[in-house]
Amino acid sequence: MCSNGPVLLDFWESPYGQRVRIALAEKGLEYEYKEEDLFNKSDLLRKSNPVYKKVPVLIHDGKTICESLIIMEYIDEVWSDKVKILPSDPYQRAQARFWADFSNKVCECGQRLWQLKGEGQEAAKKEMIEKLRLFEAELGDKEYFGGDNFGFVDIALVPLTSCFYTYETCANFKIEEAAPKIVAWAKRCMERESVAKSLYEPSKVYDFVCFLKKHFGFE
Amino acid sequence: MEEAKGEEVTLFGFWSSPFVHRVTWALNIKKIKYKYVEEDLCNKSDLLLEHNPVYKKVPVLVYNGKAIAESLIILEFIEETWKENSIMPQDPYEKAIARFWATAAGDGLWQFFITEGKEREEALASVINNFELLEKELIGKNFFGGDRIGYLDISVGWISYGVPIFEEITEFKIITEEKFPLLHAWMEAFSSSEFVKDTLPPREKLSERYRKVREAIIQKKN
Repeated sequence: MCSNGPVLLDFWESPYGQRVRIALAEKGLEYEYKEEDLFNKSDLLRKSNPVYKKVPVLIHDGKTICESLIIMEYIDEVWSDKVKILPSDPYQRAQARFWADFSNKVCECGQRLWQLKGEGQEAAKKEMIEKLRLFEAELGDKEYFGGDNFGFVDIALVPLTSCFYTYETCANFKIEEAAPKIVAWAKRCMERESVAKSLYEPSKVYDFVCFLKKHFGFE
Repeated sequence: MEEAKGEEVTLFGFWSSPFVHRVTWALNIKKIKYKYVEEDLCNKSDLLLEHNPVYKKVPVLVYNGKAIAESLIILEFIEETWKENSIMPQDPYEKAIARFWATAAGDGLWQFFITEGKEREEALASVINNFELLEKELIGKNFFGGDRIGYLDISVGWISYGVPIFEEITEFKIITEEKFPLLHAWMEAFSSSEFVKDTLPPREKLSERYRKVREAIIQKKN
């Protein structure tokens, strides 16, 4: 562990934190990982992210950077000599930022899907399918959203794929039926070491969500 | 105004949208010539729907036949495409701070505006917490961008005319000179800037619109 290297405040199951872990791994960067107890947040986290008090937070050179997509851009800019996460063309960059931001909407939709029941859940399911189909259209026949290169949008979206089993089980549907290309893309991404090492088994994610449901009374 | 590299730049917008205003200010600062298309949000044009099929919203910037949606993404596109009169900080950390506050600064303000009672109090607490932190970003500077207007000024610029309207309608003053001297001074400096002052919608018209929206939301809840 390098003492001047980055420190990542994170939580194992956070898809936002996983994005940052994947980005750091893709860049081949060493860093210190600090697991937060989200039910008993550390003073360091509260001080580092006084607005949201959320993970992930990257601490580098004594400075703190919050919000996963912002952290990813920071990593790309600071370690610009390593493999690029964002494309260099301004229009391609705008497209990458757009779809990465859209993946945040998928995550929010997913939360509603497991938190709600009845009509609310049905609406969230419909919305999830619609959003994944939009992603599928954007992916087309490319290997990755970044084309031949695994990039910004891939990193932003892939952590949500380990939540697919949770979404399917809670709302009783099959994502592969709605968006087969996305499921195939997810499998390709899992062949990358950066992704495989950062994501958790879907069943473990499901168990955690069940725990959350019980804890917050969503049952 | 210089020709935008001989290519046409079109901005699809709506007069009261603070998101559209952001793009207008950036285009002005960069001295980019553009065509403006005012959308009727109750009857959106086929062109808008074609250019922004995902959200179907304004603003949309079309350059070289390619459409870019989402105001903050458009700002970064403008910065990267037209290199002169830079609006972004150069340092990656400063960029990260600017990007963070571009979205975080407004958190809670809309909730404060459209809610009542305990909900409003909670939203207000969040707004004050954020403004206290945002105030610190102005220490030693005229603008968030330093000596001149930058990306963060443009992103939160709507605060300079929006918050006074919210305050008037809710009869509650948030940004006072005593509590937020730097933000207060920034609001005046930003809204009177050459790039901004002629772009602001008529205050009475805007105020009326926000008043109606707020009434409709509160009525629906009750």
